[in-house]
Amino acid sequence: MRRIYLDHAATTPTRPEVVKAMLPYFTDAFGNPSSIYSYGREARGAVEEARTKVAELIGARSEEIIFTSGGTEADNYALKGIAYANERKGDHIITTSIEHHAVLEVCKFLGRRGFKITYLPVDEYGLVAPDDVKRAITDKTILISVMHANNEVGTIEPVEEIGKIAREAGVCFHTDAVQTLGHIPVNVDKLKVDLLAISAHKFYGPKGVGALYVRKGTRLVSFMHGGEQEKRRRAGTENVPAIVGLGRAVELAGQEIGKEAEQLAYLRDKLIKGIGEKIDHIRLNGHPTRRLPNSVNVSVDFVEGESLLLNLDLEGICASTGSACSSAILEPSHVLLALGLPPEQAHGSLRFTLGRENTEADVERVLEVLPGIVAKLRAMSPLLKTKNRSETNA
Amino acid sequence: MPDPWSLYSEKVMEHFKNPRNVGEIENPDGMGRVGNPVCGDIMELYIKVNDGIIIDAKFKTFGCGAAIATSSMVTEMVKGKRIEEALKISNKAVAEALDGLPPVKMHCSVLAEEALKSAIEDYLEHQKLKKQT
Repeated sequence: MRRIYLDHAATTPTRPEVVKAMLPYFTDAFGNPSSIYSYGREARGAVEEARTKVAELIGARSEEIIFTSGGTEADNYALKGIAYANERKGDHIITTSIEHHAVLEVCKFLGRRGFKITYLPVDEYGLVAPDDVKRAITDKTILISVMHANNEVGTIEPVEEIGKIAREAGVCFHTDAVQTLGHIPVNVDKLKVDLLAISAHKFYGPKGVGALYVRKGTRLVSFMHGGEQEKRRRAGTENVPAIVGLGRAVELAGQEIGKEAEQLAYLRDKLIKGIGEKIDHIRLNGHPTRRLPNSVNVSVDFVEGESLLLNLDLEGICASTGSACSSAILEPSHVLLALGLPPEQAHGSLRFTLGRENTEADVERVLEVLPGIVAKLRAMSPLLKTKNRSETNA
Repeated sequence: MPDPWSLYSEKVMEHFKNPRNVGEIENPDGMGRVGNPVCGDIMELYIKVNDGIIIDAKFKTFGCGAAIATSSMVTEMVKGKRIEEALKISNKAVAEALDGLPPVKMHCSVLAEEALKSAIEDYLEHQKLKKQT
């Protein structure tokens, strides 16, 4: 069966060009970048070249890039690093209720250790109001963390405006750019951010590598203690092949960013329109226009997300849901709840995130099979009869 | 080909793909509704009883794969059983009949047991009322 992968916000396939760039660093050029002899210098050169590439794409200086094991580590480092470096200055952190768990769980952790966390609400589209950020700032605020775009609903946040507010208040500003880097333009000066988290595998790079941009002059405590790597901020022998892969992925993204976004936005709009036309009682989650070019998130009334996913999987289609039927807590997505969705609509959410290898035929295939799946599940749904069943045909 | 990393057993998937006894029974002798939308599972179970024997059972479920499969399985298990036997069907028995459920999904089998008990209680309640009149 032909498989159709529509979960690029979860991960992407590593591009062959990226794998090719990485391979020599497993074998021939295996050196430790800290060694002074030829093997070491070779590896050091490759790491620094990758650093320059990342810096160039986001308009930073190469010394402002710290390699990490991925987006989660970059977020952890940003938040803990700033919190513990500024303990004497203040104890207040501002974030939003729709952040990725890599930010939210760190905030909860810091909250349990005496920091005060403000979780800002969002509107029905998932947008944070810059005015809310402004109002939340106190003389104890040491950090603001607002994601660039949301991973579940695809809403692009007004990071630039928030950056302006943070700068005027003299508060450090972090953004999780894991879903945007490589997909839409990201420039640290334009966004006015001091810290920015990156993950390679979200834009056709390898898993297990990412980076944190740290604006020059930003003080934060080291994340890993040990050797002198990454200017003692993140000790541990560099993952050279992965870092090289990140560099190559960044380079390719820089060359293709506009073209890819245009192609994906076309497929995205076709998918959204098609679902809306073929199935009734559908709600588009996220902002109608301020959204990632590859992201579709809909709630299908009266049915549950995992059942939708299992049925799609039987047809070879790979998607995602905000239903948490498989997690121990049973609560649906915190993001969808923050948007104000009732739990049953959050449980009935379906996310398709497109990628560069997807075609129009893939979208058509989804539109061909999804109505039947929804109809089958709705026929067994006890939620439907409480509404007017005659309105609903699919 | 069995897939060792599949979330569910083949039997669960079989019941999920082809659920038995989907629907409602008109004028049922007993009906139970359990679960809530916050947890993402709602089950309705209908039974028809003749001479103390469950002669038909149907269900409607909003929920995950395990919720649908356990609903389907429990309706299969109760058909032809005497009320007192049906009351003895435990969530474990339902899960075992499906060749097991992942630990985080055991609550679905609990819901199936509760739906059945609730339908039987509803039936017994009606019987009591009938006798009184």
